[in-house]
Amino acid sequence: MFQIESKINTKSSEFKQNAEHLKKETAKLKERLAEVEQGGPPRAREKHLKRGKLLTRDRVKGLFDKNTPFLELSSLAAYDMYNNDAPCAGIITGIGVVHGREVMVVANDATVKGGTYYPMTIKKHVRAQQIALENRLPCVYLVDSGGVFLPYQKDVFPDVGHFGSIFYNQARLSAENIPQIAVVMGSCTAGGAYVPAMSDEAVIVRKQGTIFIGGPPLVKAATGVDVTDEELGGADVHCRISGVADHYALNDEHALQITRNIIQCLDAPKKFDIGRTVPVEPKYDPKELYGVVPKDIKKPFDIREVIARIVDNSEFHEFKELYGQTIICGFARIMGYPVGILANNGVLFSESALKGAHFIELCTIRKIPLLFLQNVTGFIVGKEYEHGGIARDGAKMVHAVANADVPKFTIIIAGSYGAGNYAMCGRGYNPRFLWMWPSARISVMGGEQAANVLLTVRMKGLKDKGKTMTKKEQEEFMAPILEKYEHEGSPYFSTARIWDDGIIDPLDTRAILGLAISVSLNADIPDQRYGVFRM
Amino acid sequence: MFKKILIANRGEISVRVIRACRELGITSVAVYSTVDRDSMHVQLADEAVCIGEASPEKSYLNIDAIIKAARETNAEAIHPGYGFLAENHLFAERCETEGIAFIGPHSKALKLVGDKVASRKVTEAVGIPIIPGMKGKSTDVDECMVEAEKIGFPVLLKASAGGGGKGMRVIYSKDELKDAVEAGMREAKSAFGDPSVYLEKYIEQPRHIEFQILADKYGNAIHLFERECSIQRRHQKIIEESPSTALDDDMRKRMGDTALKVVRVSEYSNAGTVEFLVDEDKNFYFLEVNARLQVEHPVTELVTGIDLVHSQLRIAAGEKLWLKQHQLHQNGHSIECRIYAEDPQHNFLPSAGKILFMKEPSGPGIRHDCGIYSGYNVSVYYDPILSKLIAWAPTRETCCKRVASALADFPILGIKTNIEFLHDVITHPEFSAGNTFTDFISINMADWRPKSLDQSGLANGILDEALIVAAVFSSSIKKSKTLPTKTESIPSPWQTLGEWRIGIGLD
Repeated sequence: MFQIESKINTKSSEFKQNAEHLKKETAKLKERLAEVEQGGPPRAREKHLKRGKLLTRDRVKGLFDKNTPFLELSSLAAYDMYNNDAPCAGIITGIGVVHGREVMVVANDATVKGGTYYPMTIKKHVRAQQIALENRLPCVYLVDSGGVFLPYQKDVFPDVGHFGSIFYNQARLSAENIPQIAVVMGSCTAGGAYVPAMSDEAVIVRKQGTIFIGGPPLVKAATGVDVTDEELGGADVHCRISGVADHYALNDEHALQITRNIIQCLDAPKKFDIGRTVPVEPKYDPKELYGVVPKDIKKPFDIREVIARIVDNSEFHEFKELYGQTIICGFARIMGYPVGILANNGVLFSESALKGAHFIELCTIRKIPLLFLQNVTGFIVGKEYEHGGIARDGAKMVHAVANADVPKFTIIIAGSYGAGNYAMCGRGYNPRFLWMWPSARISVMGGEQAANVLLTVRMKGLKDKGKTMTKKEQEEFMAPILEKYEHEGSPYFSTARIWDDGIIDPLDTRAILGLAISVSLNADIPDQRYGVFRM
Repeated sequence: MFKKILIANRGEISVRVIRACRELGITSVAVYSTVDRDSMHVQLADEAVCIGEASPEKSYLNIDAIIKAARETNAEAIHPGYGFLAENHLFAERCETEGIAFIGPHSKALKLVGDKVASRKVTEAVGIPIIPGMKGKSTDVDECMVEAEKIGFPVLLKASAGGGGKGMRVIYSKDELKDAVEAGMREAKSAFGDPSVYLEKYIEQPRHIEFQILADKYGNAIHLFERECSIQRRHQKIIEESPSTALDDDMRKRMGDTALKVVRVSEYSNAGTVEFLVDEDKNFYFLEVNARLQVEHPVTELVTGIDLVHSQLRIAAGEKLWLKQHQLHQNGHSIECRIYAEDPQHNFLPSAGKILFMKEPSGPGIRHDCGIYSGYNVSVYYDPILSKLIAWAPTRETCCKRVASALADFPILGIKTNIEFLHDVITHPEFSAGNTFTDFISINMADWRPKSLDQSGLANGILDEALIVAAVFSSSIKKSKTLPTKTESIPSPWQTLGEWRIGIGLD
């Protein structure tokens, strides 16, 4: 393959300003990550430790092999929601390695409101299970939760994707021979009792873990009998009498060791072979990524400059270089894994969409994972284009993306607007993972376009009534819309609502993709299958 | 016959002896220094013992360590090869006292022939022609000065204790003498442990002709005809052949008889070589006895059909000589080229390093005694001989062609070798004409340059081929690297990234 030749001047003042800006944004990201990693308030953490329990992050660390990566998901879930009462949404999810095997962990943080489930907690838990299902990852649930957070019951209890889905997923995952392992390290009350009960194997910690459908207060109310937690549903009860749990642990460390042993005894995983080469670092310094993305993301930039800094040896075999040039397609390797890359270099035209659809077909028939690098304002508009059938050609690409069953990965580098988001494998198109750079913006359209559209509609209404708006009135009308779009288009707004799997340091992109592709190969890649492409 | 022997040497000669052992059903024990751990002789021997560090005094010249290795492995005999301890009478003596058979002459004979001065005296006494020279060895520059003037310049300075050209130099005038003697003594000290030197008349344009002999322990001796070893650089042979173009049957017989006389008078046994100089008028002078298996022994083997290493082992084991002189005949012609890791363009400076690739020569009549392989590291510590290419053919003319074509198809990459140089010697008209004198190289090859660096500056010849081979080789390596492999065979990022978390970064 040929190497990409970078045309960027890394010495220019513009590059330096861009770099400074994105580095600042990345520093802000890291600050926020450090903030939420603390978990619950100091008082709650002290209480937790006093009980002889490990903090959630230490539990997770103890579960995984030493000196291995941990790919945490949606760390900033629920950020700026619920009065910021639920850092990380009170649950840590992510992928790590146990005895060399990639494993999904879902760990309640009892220092955050007793580990109770907020709406975003459930969404994060269910998302982790979805990832486990798509990538065939054994699940370890480190349970320490008081069940649903009652004030939000209407948003956590009844619907699809609410609390019930957790247990539904456990059953479905187990049926797929994806091991479900629960470690009861605190309370598992009411619905929560089903997490260990629905597991393939369960570990429980003596004098810490409890499992019961109705706790002592409910028992007292219903039957008048006084009973302690331990007598009702402690480790001794469930390991010796009820058989609800299988392994008896003396403390958190012991429980984690037993869990590691359980995973050690699983049948050996088989990775789908897509052909691997020895990874080669990019020829261009990935640190230059900071300077590649303009400070003003409305400014166009050559996405190849990004590709050159994440792919092996900066080698890129570009497809249809001279056709539909607003989308860049081509083959490369990331950490030795082959990938097909689709990346935006402007608004999508018919040609770009056709090229994208063609390229996706190349990857799906060859079973090569797809990587989407988004910086897209959407599809082109205008009479000429509608007459040319832009909707039909856009639909071809959207159809191809939707039915592409190879592992798909999406990184939102800068803008992600409108149907461009769909064509470039937005969240709705089920990429295995979707991450955002701190420079990303996501909304149905840009704030200015949205404000202008709404203004036009309003002015038309007024005109019918024979009224008009002054320049000042127009500005006043648009200002709150712009502000709203600015707020809701922020990657933090997105990541808080788990529209993505996290905001990442651009410098980590390559490593994260390498880890993610490795994870995705736990599942076989099926033969390609498409529906009707509108011609 | 012995059941197990130790070979106190390294490189191609060690390999040669190991192969002979194998043929005779003898278990072989190799010894090696720390840098020779991966050497071919270590790989081929049945057993191998490390005897010390790289520098020869600590390993291949370390008598105690070698004896200890023989004891520990219960070796019954030691084959010393050539060089190192091969002609060290103290080593032979030590073997005798330890009850280990020394595959070579008895220590007394070894001591006598090893001492050039003493052997001169003995041979001169029975009327064997010798070159005028000093009556005794010396370590004194002034004494050498007096003697040199007595003999008359030019004189040849030699190390008293050793052979192989080490410490040897021609001194043309008084002015050069002091420096030359001192340098010669230094070299003798480091090569043989004895700084004594010896001066004799330097014969200009001589031929170096030697006779291979075999003698048993019961006074029976035969010679296996001559080898001509006149092609030398820095007084070390690089091309040897048999028969010599300079000898007729009569002269061959006279020299052979003289060689046997030398053997008898020095009570020599086992394989040995009697060296002569032949001057322009075909007078021959006895030089010395090389009390060892010679580097160039294969040419004799190919011409006579006698395996000299087998013979050495049988004689050392006490067998009576099984051949009579009249049974021996020279058949055809044989030429040996010594392949050295050296730079012929720069005064034959040794060239150490890794052999990246080599292909052994082969073909009808081609023998290759080899101690190296692709990937082998040529160390700086030892004689830079890599291997020997030996050819046999019915006639000298055909033999030269065989050698030339074998040399042309003998790539060794990664280090400098004398292969192209040898090729140009063999194909030189003077060599073809049989005009081989010891000054052949200084006269005919003084301005030698690799063809690859000819006027045009364009590569051609052997280097050209070598470069093509190297290019093909390296591109094939690269290709195999980038071809996709089984996913499992390359560690996943989960195994290579180490402790890593989102937000911590790799920075």
